[in-house]
Amino acid sequence: MTQRYANLFQRLSAEKQGAFVPFVTLGDPDLEQSLAIVDALMEGGADALELGIPFSDPVADGPTIQGANVRALASNVTPPKCLEMLTAIRAKYPEVPIGLLLYANLVYSTGIETFYQKLAAAGVDSVLVADVPIRESAPFREAANKHGLQSIFIAPPNADDETLAKVAEYGQGYTYLVSRAGVTGAETKAGVPVGKLLSKLKQFNAPPALLGFGIATPEQVAETIEAGAAGAISGSAVVKIIENNLDNKPLMLETLRGFASSMKAATV
Amino acid sequence: MNKQFEHTLPNSEGYFGEYGGSFIPPELQAVMNDINQAYQEIRQDPEFVAELTRLYQDYVGRPSPIFHAQHLSQTYGCDIYLKREDLNHTGAHKINHCLGEVLLAKKMGKTKVIAETGAGQHGVALATAAALLGLECDIHMGEVDIAKEHPNVVRMRILGANVIPATHGRKTLKEAVDSAFQAYMADPHTQLYAIGSVVGPHPFPMMVRDFQSIIGIEARQQFQDMKGQLPDHLVACVGGGSNAMGLFSAFLEDSNVAMHGCEPAGRSLDEVGEHAATLTKGEPGTMHGFHSYMLKDDKGEPEKVYSVASGLDYPAVGPQHAYLKDLGRVQYGVVSDKEAIDAFFELSRLEGIIPAIESAHAVAHAINLAKKGSKGTILINLSGRGDKDIDFVVENYGKQYGIASLI
Repeated sequence: MTQRYANLFQRLSAEKQGAFVPFVTLGDPDLEQSLAIVDALMEGGADALELGIPFSDPVADGPTIQGANVRALASNVTPPKCLEMLTAIRAKYPEVPIGLLLYANLVYSTGIETFYQKLAAAGVDSVLVADVPIRESAPFREAANKHGLQSIFIAPPNADDETLAKVAEYGQGYTYLVSRAGVTGAETKAGVPVGKLLSKLKQFNAPPALLGFGIATPEQVAETIEAGAAGAISGSAVVKIIENNLDNKPLMLETLRGFASSMKAATV
Repeated sequence: MNKQFEHTLPNSEGYFGEYGGSFIPPELQAVMNDINQAYQEIRQDPEFVAELTRLYQDYVGRPSPIFHAQHLSQTYGCDIYLKREDLNHTGAHKINHCLGEVLLAKKMGKTKVIAETGAGQHGVALATAAALLGLECDIHMGEVDIAKEHPNVVRMRILGANVIPATHGRKTLKEAVDSAFQAYMADPHTQLYAIGSVVGPHPFPMMVRDFQSIIGIEARQQFQDMKGQLPDHLVACVGGGSNAMGLFSAFLEDSNVAMHGCEPAGRSLDEVGEHAATLTKGEPGTMHGFHSYMLKDDKGEPEKVYSVASGLDYPAVGPQHAYLKDLGRVQYGVVSDKEAIDAFFELSRLEGIIPAIESAHAVAHAINLAKKGSKGTILINLSGRGDKDIDFVVENYGKQYGIASLI
């Protein structure tokens, strides 16, 4: 099992910081620019990366990240190409935790076992399958364990104690805490405070919690850390910058770098 | 009436063999658990059963009759019967599960039902049930289907429903499902997603089947009363597969009753994007909350699908059908656009019954069985009437049947 998340959380905790984790869809808007985007986010101060493999029916995602999926698919970004990108990103950033977020059918189509094996070979640390709730997770967890990958689970805002206990038991690396109802998107703000969910997760001894869905400003990041989360994940706000600067790639990268840096600054 | 709720499958996790399950974001899982629990309670509640029975009888007009299609039978040297779901209020079988779903939504304290629709039959039926039972209703529908099924769009709006266009991709049924899912995710607490077929996450494939099983329960009794025996063959069209499961479920234990599902072969079974024959050409995959046969490409993306029947062009199929296919209990075949349109006119002109293009696929399949020499009686589920399709059919195919000059 990889230690990158554990190492990161240990270091940040010692430095009294939280984690800032941006999400982007691999291959959005195209392969080359997507790699440059990852570099810009890292230069801005990202502590870890959450990356998506494009899929045509992303049911957990709102319009912004759907748009990212559409752009990547239009650029013919396939799962094998994503694996190549991941390998390249890992080579460049050997210590940075890399999490994947994707949908079940992509895993099935390759074969669960084979797919996880390939992800491990590419240097991925963790996998979150957005449409696999705890009750369907057994074959995915087995494959992850076999290949030394960590399984990430979402703790939804409406979770009962039984669900949270399972999230704590099965989750590895970090816990993806969702603070409000609905799909991803920066339009609907995260519903902090999340103190109650956080203390429950701590009580069940869950992996450190990163708060996601609707995190778009440094103020939200600061509140999140204040509330006791280990960090924040920001997806739609990042993808929005990509969407808004498709005709000016240098400006896109500069804006992303600035955004990442202001979000990271709020974790300190 | 109670008999329709006695099926033993799926298991408690929603699996028919290896198919089914619940592949949805964790937040929705909690909502599905609530729906399942409410359904388990309601299905045993005598008040609910009595209410649904009353609505089936006084509002829908059940039982729907079985009609002996003598001219069609003579033409093809066989013995064809029609289960007349086209005579239901709103003109199709969809009202059977919509009343059940909206009653359930109401019992759960929801204020709105939302759904996808292909041909508009499920949308109209849901808008109808919502109007009757006093709930708001949003229907998601592909832009292409909105243009093609205009009369049903008008009906839904007259009934007070909002019709929300799905504007991405091929702008048909799959995209309508995506759109409805998104809307549901945004607020799964005051709304109920009344899924329009035996698809989606558990408990929907089971629940929709249970509500539709009234078709088979009636048909089994009616046919026995009429002929003193069970039919030799059952035929139904399969898109998601709700009308077929409704008919088949009452006969699953009758090993002497052969069952035939027919999928749309569209314009060509050999070309991707020109058909929607999921069981015939697909393989297992996961989408829209369930595991079943799917049409997908080598990257795992759902393939483009097409059928002349808007209610059949979906790249997946109900999980119980996948299970019954693997078991060999149901034989699944295909019917092309051309065969379906031929059957549309044939049934209209031989029996004075204009079928929905979806149901015309079943008629064509029965004709094919007769042509291949199948012996005995054939009971077709005539799942819907064709009023919604007349403009489209005449515009695109009328000339070949001598009626283009009227337009």
